[in-house]
Amino acid sequence: MKSRGREVVKRRSVRPFIFGVLALGLLLAVWESYRNWIGPWLGTERDVGKVLGFKLLPRANDLAMPSVFDMAREFGRPQVRGSSTNVFEAVAQATFNSLQLAIGALLIGTFVGVGAAILMSRFKVVQRGLMPYLVISQTIPLIALAPLTVTWGGQLSLFGFQWQKWTSALVLGAFLSFFPIAVGALRGFNSPPPAALELMDSYAASWWSTWRKLRLPAAIPYLTPAMRLAGSAAVFGVVVSEISVGLTDGVGYLILAYMQEGTSRPAKVFTAVAGTVVLGLAMAAVINAADRYFTRHRPPEEFA
Amino acid sequence: MTTKIDKINETNTNKKQGEVPMQRKRLFKSLAIVAAAGLAFAACGDDEKDSSDGGDGGGLSATLCDASKGPAEKTKVKLQLQWFTQAQFAGYYAAVDQGCYAEAGLDVEILQGAVEIVPQDVLASGGADFALSWVPKALASREAGANIVNIAQVFQRSGTLQVSFKDAGITSPADFAGKKVGSWGFGNEFEIFAALGAAGLDPAADVEIVGQNFDMSGLLAGDIDAAEAMIYNEYAQVLEAKNPDTGELYTADDLNVVSYEDEGVGMLQDAIWADGDRLANDADYKATAIAFVKASLKGWAFCRDNTVICRDIVVANGPTLGSGHQLWQMNEINGLIWPSADGIGHIDQAAWDRTVEIAGNTPNLDGATVLTAPVDADAFTNEIVDAALAELKAEGVDVVGSNWKRIEVTLTEGGV
Repeated sequence: MKSRGREVVKRRSVRPFIFGVLALGLLLAVWESYRNWIGPWLGTERDVGKVLGFKLLPRANDLAMPSVFDMAREFGRPQVRGSSTNVFEAVAQATFNSLQLAIGALLIGTFVGVGAAILMSRFKVVQRGLMPYLVISQTIPLIALAPLTVTWGGQLSLFGFQWQKWTSALVLGAFLSFFPIAVGALRGFNSPPPAALELMDSYAASWWSTWRKLRLPAAIPYLTPAMRLAGSAAVFGVVVSEISVGLTDGVGYLILAYMQEGTSRPAKVFTAVAGTVVLGLAMAAVINAADRYFTRHRPPEEFA
Repeated sequence: MTTKIDKINETNTNKKQGEVPMQRKRLFKSLAIVAAAGLAFAACGDDEKDSSDGGDGGGLSATLCDASKGPAEKTKVKLQLQWFTQAQFAGYYAAVDQGCYAEAGLDVEILQGAVEIVPQDVLASGGADFALSWVPKALASREAGANIVNIAQVFQRSGTLQVSFKDAGITSPADFAGKKVGSWGFGNEFEIFAALGAAGLDPAADVEIVGQNFDMSGLLAGDIDAAEAMIYNEYAQVLEAKNPDTGELYTADDLNVVSYEDEGVGMLQDAIWADGDRLANDADYKATAIAFVKASLKGWAFCRDNTVICRDIVVANGPTLGSGHQLWQMNEINGLIWPSADGIGHIDQAAWDRTVEIAGNTPNLDGATVLTAPVDADAFTNEIVDAALAELKAEGVDVVGSNWKRIEVTLTEGGV
């Protein structure tokens, strides 16, 4: 019994990895074959790809679609002439910096989101009053908000703490990530069946112990997908605000900086894009690990 | 930040004079400790030799500024740039590195720009004490209610070009007729429209205005016949790219360049802007402004005479910069500043009037002009910069640069 269980776990963890690598290989193969064969063939021999005079299919040249092998070579080149750091090290460092910010943003977002959900599930009037604003808050474009946080933050000085550009990125990442958590947690807190709640009432359990012993555990399955959404929102918020407020430590800035060399080294910017992909995957891995930890005593969910 | 600047100081052969007393003091201290401990004198002798080597100054270039002359108590000043660190802002980084701000009693923090950072808005909201901005953009903010004042027109000339390949045969704005002309938009397009108007072309009918990214890939791919380019940035990007037909880098011989400055429609670009209210009501701020402009102009004068060193200072402040590209940029930025007939930073009434005229009377494709109302006389003042120039002249600093010449810069692929 035990050995079989381990085998199942093993197969579950190795298989997706293999499929993931296969899918990535397939994607790269499609990219390479389009730029080398399909694109030129469609463009030069068939003149396809134009609909009503608009070009729909991408151009297959080195500027528009650099070769995957060029991108791989870029990783090994020095970032700038004479620099001891190569592009790989620079991208890895920047990705790590961004990951730290994104995890920080997710933690803050979780804290605020769960807090808001507790308030909303405790007081119906808060839920009715707060929910519309939560929804509205997510419709504000991030790029409109980013410069504002810099301006506002620049005038703040809390307990000797000076607002920095990374603070803006952190706040914006948290701002985007708290919403799915608040909504997911609220549904989770309200999910116990009435019979269970009535049972707690019959024990004369306080609201807090009902929350701790019944509502919170019941909310875990709802929180997992919410955390996944929140994780990608945090990454998105951090990377976009790095670009718009100019945080030079992060991988978002590298995209911008390398893009400026796009005319002469078009493959370079893809190294930073790869960094953001790794950032997203790392975030997903962190959330998965957290999920495994919190659901370790639970039977596996069918739909998870 | 400080560590990077320290590193530069180590790599530069010229040392600031201000470091010598510091090092001596440190030496005396270590001497005293060593003697008291009764240890061998050999190590101490080595120390002495090292410090005298460093103190000699190398003699590679004249040190313009002396940080030790400045008062111990420094006024904190924040300067907001338009973009990330690059040689476009070398003068300010040099003024920090060479101790010019310290000499003037200032502790200057340079705030990098970004995609969403509008320097004149940061200035108006109090996030910075001074900001750099192109004149038309700052005047648009002023029209919108930001009381900001141009106190030094550092770049005397416009650096905007329209770059095309030789075979397109575009040598003047009149040749834009029937061609695909790239434009960045976002307020960077008005020189193009002014040039079209001056050449008697209708932007809507006679040319095809094509939206262009802030790079030159549209020109290389053939989507654009004549691409908008800054002489210190995008133009060099073409020269850093390989011509797929020859396998060699493109050269200036492959390209035709239309310079809007030469066509007489150049608009004033990088200038130092200050807070108008504080300038009028706060005598300390005004004194700070004079000191800041003076020290900044000293930084620029240093960069005129030390192109390579200034490039190194800039590159040390921005780890992702290609140093070949930055040397080109430093050289061409110098070309936009020097020679400055009336002294660097002095605002030329004719150039100002031309900028304001174009900003007010040249509509873009949407029919919009940069400015809708006349510009009042308070939008710029030469009072600050003239005071700074007078002090600089008294110190014997060359503020005109009539002997300045471009250095030879060889670009490499990718500008690395």
